[in-house]
Amino acid sequence: MVTGTIIKVSGPLVVATGMDGAKMYDVVKVGHQKLMGEIIELRGGDASIQVYEETTGMKVGEPVESTGEPLSIELGPGLLSSGLFDGILRPLNVIAQKAEEQGLHSGYIPRGVQIPSLDREIKWHFTPTVKDGDSVVAGDILGTVQETELIEHKIMVPYGVSGEVSGISEGDYTVTEDIAKVGETPVQLMHRWPVRVARPRKEKLLPKTPLVTQQRIVDTFFPVPKGGAACVPGPFGAGKTVIQQQLAKWSDAQVVIYVGCGERGNELTDILVEFPHLKDPKSGRPLMERTLVIANTSNMPIAAREASVYTGITLAEYYRDMGYDVAMMADSTSRWAEAMREMSGRLEEMPGEEGYPAYLGSRISAFYERAGAITCIGSEKRRGSATIVAAVSPPGGDLSEPVSQATLKVTKAYWGLDASLAAKKHFPSIHWLNSYSLYGKQVEDYFVKEAGADWPELRDLAMEILQKESELDDIIKLVGLDALSAEEKVLLDTARGLREDYLQQNAFDDIDAFASTRKMYLMIKAMMTFHREAIKLVRQTPDLDVSKISELDIRDRIARLKQTPESEIESVVELIENIPSALATVAEAEAGDFGINKTVNGM
Amino acid sequence: MKTWHKTIKEVAGSLVIIEKVQDVAYEEVVEVKDAEGNLRKGRVLEVHNDTAVVQLFTGTQGLDTKDAQAAFLGETLKFGVSEHMLGRVFTGAGDIKDGGPEIIADKYLDINGAPINPGMRDFPDQFIQTGISTIDGLNALVRGQKLPIFSGAGLPHSELAAQIAQQAAAVSVDADQNVQKSDEKFAVIFAAMGVTFEEAQFFIDSFESTGAMENAAVFVNTADDPIVERITLPRLALTLGEYLAFEKDMHVLVIMTDMTNYADGLREISASRKEIPGRRGYPGYMYTDLATMYERAGLIQGRKGSLTQVPILTMPDDDKQHPIPDLTGYITEGQIMVDRTLHNQGVYPPVQPIGSLSRIKVDKKATREDIAAVQDQMSASYAKGREIKELALILGESALSDTDRAYMKFATEFEKHYITQGRGENRSIIDTLNLSWELLSILPVKELKKVKPEFIEKYGNR
Repeated sequence: MVTGTIIKVSGPLVVATGMDGAKMYDVVKVGHQKLMGEIIELRGGDASIQVYEETTGMKVGEPVESTGEPLSIELGPGLLSSGLFDGILRPLNVIAQKAEEQGLHSGYIPRGVQIPSLDREIKWHFTPTVKDGDSVVAGDILGTVQETELIEHKIMVPYGVSGEVSGISEGDYTVTEDIAKVGETPVQLMHRWPVRVARPRKEKLLPKTPLVTQQRIVDTFFPVPKGGAACVPGPFGAGKTVIQQQLAKWSDAQVVIYVGCGERGNELTDILVEFPHLKDPKSGRPLMERTLVIANTSNMPIAAREASVYTGITLAEYYRDMGYDVAMMADSTSRWAEAMREMSGRLEEMPGEEGYPAYLGSRISAFYERAGAITCIGSEKRRGSATIVAAVSPPGGDLSEPVSQATLKVTKAYWGLDASLAAKKHFPSIHWLNSYSLYGKQVEDYFVKEAGADWPELRDLAMEILQKESELDDIIKLVGLDALSAEEKVLLDTARGLREDYLQQNAFDDIDAFASTRKMYLMIKAMMTFHREAIKLVRQTPDLDVSKISELDIRDRIARLKQTPESEIESVVELIENIPSALATVAEAEAGDFGINKTVNGM
Repeated sequence: MKTWHKTIKEVAGSLVIIEKVQDVAYEEVVEVKDAEGNLRKGRVLEVHNDTAVVQLFTGTQGLDTKDAQAAFLGETLKFGVSEHMLGRVFTGAGDIKDGGPEIIADKYLDINGAPINPGMRDFPDQFIQTGISTIDGLNALVRGQKLPIFSGAGLPHSELAAQIAQQAAAVSVDADQNVQKSDEKFAVIFAAMGVTFEEAQFFIDSFESTGAMENAAVFVNTADDPIVERITLPRLALTLGEYLAFEKDMHVLVIMTDMTNYADGLREISASRKEIPGRRGYPGYMYTDLATMYERAGLIQGRKGSLTQVPILTMPDDDKQHPIPDLTGYITEGQIMVDRTLHNQGVYPPVQPIGSLSRIKVDKKATREDIAAVQDQMSASYAKGREIKELALILGESALSDTDRAYMKFATEFEKHYITQGRGENRSIIDTLNLSWELLSILPVKELKKVKPEFIEKYGNR
């Protein structure tokens, strides 16, 4: 084991000498307090170390000890059931207990706490799925542990191990007890994995199933598939966090990894307080049972913030390897990039754009490439996926900055948040004209099957109306509403309806917070049917007063469709059938009015 | 025993570089004595082999490299706190400024604090009534929140902050819609960084005239005081705040003004350390630095108290995208925008609802069920009304539909009756909500899409 001596302390950066033989990215224990750190530069025997905790009080001359292992995390049962960790996977609830035991204020995180990620005492009930004498390879499932009611934890043969199974039996084990031997290697419920290395997979597949988010604007116009990557850039107050939380709540991922990277503590509390009370729509179990939160708030050490994103994606890959569909939310990757910038500055590296290190782009793309729909390693053809949805916080909302640009290069769905929409309380403030998803075609089959054959057509018509509206808006600003034709007026009314009653979705409303694919389909079908019929009507009756159409009672009912509970949604079918006859009444009334007007004029 | 080192090699800006030292700790407190024997304090920013870089809290004027000496005190910066600090005035170094008696510290705490364990935070949702409609009715403040005021030079943000400090109270609404004030212990901590003497005195006078001073602690660093104290001052204030909130069960409101002066101070010190500058010369770590202060707001499970922050910042040239408001906005839970146009129209308090935001939703049960829906409806309707007003300027009012005209009227009445209120006027949340429904009655029912039909029936005045 390599042991050196501190020669420099500057904030989270510590330089130690006498570290000959230590390897790049090895984890070290720094100082008498044994604070955890990671080697990020080697020059001769001098190692630059980023320390994951506050270095206040540390002195030149204190010892540094290398563990000889890169930053690794423990993977095994107990992750989801614990639910809350910091950026280097220390269980925060246990930290609070430890603080209390040491007579410290339990509300704060003390320094130098060393606790394993997984509880060493808990006995997990292990049920083997293979028997002695079976021949297995890395990635094969040896058995299962029911980790939470929702998630069955699959115990896989660790990477690099294969052979004949021996000594396997059902029973209760702690994470460190041997459950079997594979070849000559004893296997436990848990194993370790270095976070900066992507977990192996057999094959990457083209993702074709959408991550059904139950958010109308996303599923309808800018879908992301299971195994895809989406980014949500936006200025502050535009609602990045709310969107991420909505996806964590309502998307159909089986496991959700939520990484709070350099963000607000109170928002994470929101998740921790709310999720145990929210029920998974399918199983009726608390959402927390499928959710794992990595909390590295903005005031926690920045080196751990830098690591938190890797910790998150490694966890996502681990559950993916079991065959689950995992969604990872990262809020916000800009804070991760800033942590890289700060460490780079302290290392006195040559800065690239805006002080960010020149390797920013390659680090960002390498991270997003860890998303994907894959075939897992092992002999059975198990499939799993890891989806990344990452927030980006560009300074001043200006997307020309390096982090946004590097992210846009590698993510194929872009949900652009707009400050002016947010100011009007139009939420989610994803701008329909700026955003895009290159996955649209890939996942179309799914929606055609689940929603209806006319889904692409309805969706395209709706988008066309929205685009046309923005063109017409410019005209109105110049010459006024009166210059528009009746058809254009109908279109404006439909567009307004789409914006207010379809695209807007209230995250804080019990009914509106989520919408099934069926509900979305019926809503958009109702709106588009009304639009088509109204256009037909004004074509037949050119002098029609368009405001009469928008004042129809059925128009108001369509506007309030989002308030229809999922259980009553089939009633919309009837509503859609009634649209033509309701519109016909306008034509009749108009004909009547017209008659009266004639008489008046005639007088 | 202090060892005096006569090995000062360099003095630059507020930094002193001392050679041939041993056993020096990062962040250790240092005393530097000049040729006349005057003492100044500083802290270690970096140690490298036997060289320490020390930042002095007061200026470096009068120091030389020949006779000046430095001693390392063997401890990191701690601040003595006590409940008796309420009613008193301090400097940015934590020294007594009002000439009163010494205070015996109950506890010595690290001024940088420690991060609150995210797993131990309690969720903030307890409504604080400020008595100001544009805050309570549209962007309510809750205990444990950090809600900054974004303002500009020459705008009445100080008056607004003083009014909030005087009126802020946790309330609950009973079944008969009577508003009850809670009688829990509270304290106001006022942190003034780089402000003028008049500004500081305005707050002290306003606290004294209303009798609020006995529950207030004031930390003042005026524009001519040392820059470094501007950096330590808010940390001292927050350390006292945390002590009162999480050890003495008080509900603490910390008002910090002006964060722009703080950030400029940070930039000045960063420049003297020859760090790579980020946007507009501010250091790249400014986000993290601001966060280590703002994130000290909150509630902790099992503790009765709370720490709420209202930082004030003046946006240079009213630019919301300037790094200071920008980074602040990314950390804080919303912002209250003070608007120059409204101010020029003579509206007080000139809080612009468009652009103002509070991210934390109040507990509906403790106030009134319609509060969140009314908030959204009022903001959205006013935004729309303003848009139509602008359109009317181009096209003329005759081009507008009846609905549009109703929106215009709504926007005008909203500014006249809702935003505008007296400097001492303390509106209860129920008054604000009733006023909202009165104004909403100007609009056709169909336009009220953000409120449930039940609410319209119950409170709608229709």
